[in-house]
Amino acid sequence: MSRLSRLRGRWTIPALIVVLALVAGGVYFTRSGDDPVAVPFKEAKIDAPESPDSTQTVTIETRLYLPRQTPAPAIMLAHGFGGSLRSVHTQAEEFARRGFVVLTWSARGFGRSTGQIALNSLDREVRDAQKLLDFLGTRDEVLKDSGGDPRVGVTGASYGGALSLLLAGVDKRVDTLVPVITYNDPAQALLPNSALATPRSDSTPAATAFSEDGVFKRSWAGIFFSAGMTSIDLSSPTGEAPEMGQTEANQPAEQAPGGNSGAGSQPPPTPSLGACGRFTPEVCAAYTEVATTGRASQQTLALLRKSSPVAVTDQIKQPTMLVQGEQDTLFGLDQSDATARQITEAGGKVKMVWYAGGHDGGNPGAALRGEIADWMAFHLQHKGTDPGTGFEYTVQGAFRSSGTPSLRTVVAPSYPGLSGAATERRTVKLSGREQVAVNPAGGNPAAISNLPGLGSALSRSSAISSRLSIDLPGQAAVFTSEALDSQLLLTGSSTVRLRVARGDQNSGEAILFAKLYDVSADGTRVLPGSAVAPFRVALPPDGSAAEVAVTLPPAVRPVESAHKLALVVSTTDQAFANAEQPAAYKISLASEDLSVPVVPGRNVTTGFPMSALWGIVIALLVLIGAGVIAMFRRRLAHDSDPSLSEVPLVISGLTKSYPGGLTAVRDLSFRVEHGQVLGLLGPNGAGKTTTLRMVMGLIHPTEGNIRVFGHKVTPGAPVLSRIGSFVEGSGFLPHLSGAANLRLYWAATGRPLEEAHIEEALEIAGLGDAVHRRVRTYSQGMRQRLAIAQAMLGLPDLLILDEPTNGLDPPQIHQMREVLRRYAAAGRTVLVSSHLLAEVEQTCSHVVVMHKGQLVAAGEVADIAAGGGEATFRVDSPSKAADVLRGLEGVHDVHEDEGAVHASMNGVPRAAALSALVAAGVAVDQAGPRRRLEDAFLELVGE
Amino acid sequence: MNEHDVHTDPGAITELTDAATHQHTKVAPDGSSIGYKARKTLRIRVELQRQIRRRRTQLVLGFLVLLPFILALSFEIGQASPNRRSGGFVDLATASGINFVVLTLFVSGSFLLPMIVALFFGDTIASEASWSSLKYLLAAPIPRHRLLRQKAIASGILSFFALALLPAVALGVGVLWYGAGEVVSPTGEAAPFADGVLGVALAVCYIAINLFWVAGLALFLSVSTDAPLGAVGGTVLVSILSQILDQIQPLEDLRNYLPTHYAMAWADLLSTDVDWSEMTRGTFSALVYGGIFTLLAARRFKTKDVTS
Repeated sequence: MSRLSRLRGRWTIPALIVVLALVAGGVYFTRSGDDPVAVPFKEAKIDAPESPDSTQTVTIETRLYLPRQTPAPAIMLAHGFGGSLRSVHTQAEEFARRGFVVLTWSARGFGRSTGQIALNSLDREVRDAQKLLDFLGTRDEVLKDSGGDPRVGVTGASYGGALSLLLAGVDKRVDTLVPVITYNDPAQALLPNSALATPRSDSTPAATAFSEDGVFKRSWAGIFFSAGMTSIDLSSPTGEAPEMGQTEANQPAEQAPGGNSGAGSQPPPTPSLGACGRFTPEVCAAYTEVATTGRASQQTLALLRKSSPVAVTDQIKQPTMLVQGEQDTLFGLDQSDATARQITEAGGKVKMVWYAGGHDGGNPGAALRGEIADWMAFHLQHKGTDPGTGFEYTVQGAFRSSGTPSLRTVVAPSYPGLSGAATERRTVKLSGREQVAVNPAGGNPAAISNLPGLGSALSRSSAISSRLSIDLPGQAAVFTSEALDSQLLLTGSSTVRLRVARGDQNSGEAILFAKLYDVSADGTRVLPGSAVAPFRVALPPDGSAAEVAVTLPPAVRPVESAHKLALVVSTTDQAFANAEQPAAYKISLASEDLSVPVVPGRNVTTGFPMSALWGIVIALLVLIGAGVIAMFRRRLAHDSDPSLSEVPLVISGLTKSYPGGLTAVRDLSFRVEHGQVLGLLGPNGAGKTTTLRMVMGLIHPTEGNIRVFGHKVTPGAPVLSRIGSFVEGSGFLPHLSGAANLRLYWAATGRPLEEAHIEEALEIAGLGDAVHRRVRTYSQGMRQRLAIAQAMLGLPDLLILDEPTNGLDPPQIHQMREVLRRYAAAGRTVLVSSHLLAEVEQTCSHVVVMHKGQLVAAGEVADIAAGGGEATFRVDSPSKAADVLRGLEGVHDVHEDEGAVHASMNGVPRAAALSALVAAGVAVDQAGPRRRLEDAFLELVGE
Repeated sequence: MNEHDVHTDPGAITELTDAATHQHTKVAPDGSSIGYKARKTLRIRVELQRQIRRRRTQLVLGFLVLLPFILALSFEIGQASPNRRSGGFVDLATASGINFVVLTLFVSGSFLLPMIVALFFGDTIASEASWSSLKYLLAAPIPRHRLLRQKAIASGILSFFALALLPAVALGVGVLWYGAGEVVSPTGEAAPFADGVLGVALAVCYIAINLFWVAGLALFLSVSTDAPLGAVGGTVLVSILSQILDQIQPLEDLRNYLPTHYAMAWADLLSTDVDWSEMTRGTFSALVYGGIFTLLAARRFKTKDVTS
């Protein structure tokens, strides 16, 4: 057993290393599965007619990513404006890993595809995509619904998302679609008008006016157009939108122009840049017109309509998941709202997802991409649970613990107003008198609401970008609500009715920008989504007011209690084509009611992680098991020898070795009988204290055992309750008084108070009033006395005192001897250790002498002191004296020492020997019993 | 009173020896004197008395009472400065009494609370060793496993009391200063005051569970060293190291293995639909680390030679 424990000690460090290695291995193993493997793909060039009746062709470059198992359903993944098939490489691989065949391609005019950009024209790009559907129908890797009809889902972001809508509208071979951050009507996206002459009661949350003759969104349009010119994608968001459960900001993806490219690709050829870049002349002319005049002609509108999903949404019957961004000043939430309404009216099913990104905020993150793949898996492979036709939106909180906004996703059973009840709306009262706002000449300087293009650079700090907004004094009318008394979760597009009148003769029509700020109690303003609602209103020439209903930009924003809502109507905005003519307008509220949409839902929570839950159960069971095992082992450890039940202490073969070779006690054996005062005598370092500590169960013996009243001593053995001990210094709580220390000590033993005899013990300590002082104020001697009193609490059968007289003055030492002798006389046993011979001789009845851990002598003090009849003579000439003593009858064992001679008298009186010595002429200085104890001791100490 | 007044009256010796003569120890079968029962040793009440009377315990508890006042006062003083509400987080702190409690828990969660737990658990055995009183408790005898358990329970009670005291005082201060309004959650969700109180109560329970690893480690160091400072400081050091590593983003999900990784998961409790997943993982992590350290502590203490 003891050897085992020694081995254990030696094995601790190697065992620790093994455990660490196992843990590291486990960690490595659980993580090594995550490494994504590249998905193989085949490249192909597919020719398509340049236009429906043309004989000219364009070449479309494609990639077909293949999953592990084929045939499988296919996903057509379209890229965004300015991108190419390379920019969707990562997402294509993700889909392929989920078991889909993925077809990506560069739309005409992008990447290495030839042809010119016709803005997703139904005659051009959409036909190209149909050609690709034909191609998929010929591939064996693709699962077929019938004949040449591949099972296929279409998805894509922005420009690609619009293509998915258009393709699904014209081609029934598409089985499902997921358009992401895309437009419903490009004319409305680039030339929005949020004013309605007559209020319309829209039942969906994010419906905006979509009125004709809008205000040109010139910054975004310019960025969009230049992306087509240079094939450098400034319009698509970079990086990913934050998602729920993330703990830190996404690192922006390292993207070369043209996006994340995949194996073996080179940068696309530099396009030949003309004024129109790779646009068709029609698109180029339309842009030029709008950009220079700020208005769109019928011709331009017709061109845009040909590229507009709104033209085909009434044909979409396929299950559709619409993903739109809450940080998107290009294609806002109202675009997907319109698409959803149109598809639902035509009888299609729509699931709506608003995420915390968009053109200003970033691409869908991993979780949302996973959700899109789940949608595809359910509708194409019939795997997984039904994603349903609900509505999810993400709420961005104000709290930032680690640099990212905290998000939560709210789920409503359906997008309100599509088929069921209309959206719930709350009314907030606005107030403010009529105000005059001035439009500066040239529309400059202009208010700032958002920074298109820069928006993606600010995507990870949408809180910052939403605070960038600046309204110029004199150019805006402000209407403010009272402080809210409870939180209002704005979800969609609020509406308000305004009255606008001419402020001077110049103003025939007004271009105005409405925005709704969340104003905190200290005045900090936040413009949710950085979005503004531009509107154009014709003003009556007679100076009377025109009344309009304005739909404010849709947003998701928790407006806290004590915050206010502020409606600002300004005359300019940096991002739009402002009115050039200087003018002034009188703006007032037609109705003080601001109608705010709210969509109640429940928060999405991830369920209990079952593995962690099982882990908790297993960890608890292991802990309980360890406790139970330890308890049984303790029960079994008890060991007693009834024959020794009257013997206070038997030590046999006791050895204590420390690692490193030091042996403090070696093979020590002795007994202490009832009623003895036994002195354990030895110089410092003889192993006395170690022995006593082993008797108290504080130190584990290496070999041998100790029995107290027959019971083997183990740590905490119950028999220790019959021992009172004072070993190597006192141990008191310094912040308590002496009396309190003794009381608490006794309380800690759990024994009845009447057994303690605390008063008697305190009397022995004799500290007087000092017992009520804190122990930290005591002198060494006082602590010593208190400690001895503590050892006597409960009147133990065996009292063990280690160097009890150290630090005491002579009268106290004398008293202590008295106490010990009388205590033993009262039927108890006392074991005292000391390094002073005189101490032991005067106090003890028996003695055990130790040196270097070993027993030197043991027996009655008197016996050992008297030396069993030996005598010592101090003489001038030891050799002569020795001769004389050898000559005496019966005397033997004579040996000389320096200045003395020792002999075993064997019954011969010392007086006779003395007279013989004197007679022989030896000068005797001293004669007496030989003090063997002292000799032995001195010999030891002398070394 | 000086040393010279310290003496033993001879009569006292007589009294003692008389008592010894008249009292004969009755012995139970297990060798103990009748009246001694291992399961009665070092009752929690006794250990709590020993600990509560210590100045350090009183100072810690006093500080926890004071801290919310200091925080509230600093908000008041800071009000003069226009940049007071720079971050959304502080913005929330003064939204309502509950939000003030959340702030208090948040600012103390990373360092103060682990330190307090480390103090109560790390100091418990090591300080006895440093006072040399450990050997007398063990020789009383209090079985080692029981000594460790009772001390751990007492430390646990003190720690939990401290953990609960801070938000309780903060709640009082918060309601006094900022009113019993709606609590605004980190995700921007508002909940009624009563839900907030419940959330904070659950948060305190979670923090207590999550700090089990600190308790285990402190206990382990406490039985491994005779220097209380070493045990407490070592534990705090490990906690800080873990928090530093948690900030190193390239470690990615390796950080999930850090014991402090889920320390702030209680923030999930403040929304209406509580997401328990992080807290479940945090509980598991704390249980595993705490359990391992506690078992190590028990083993170490069982086999240890007590020499101080």
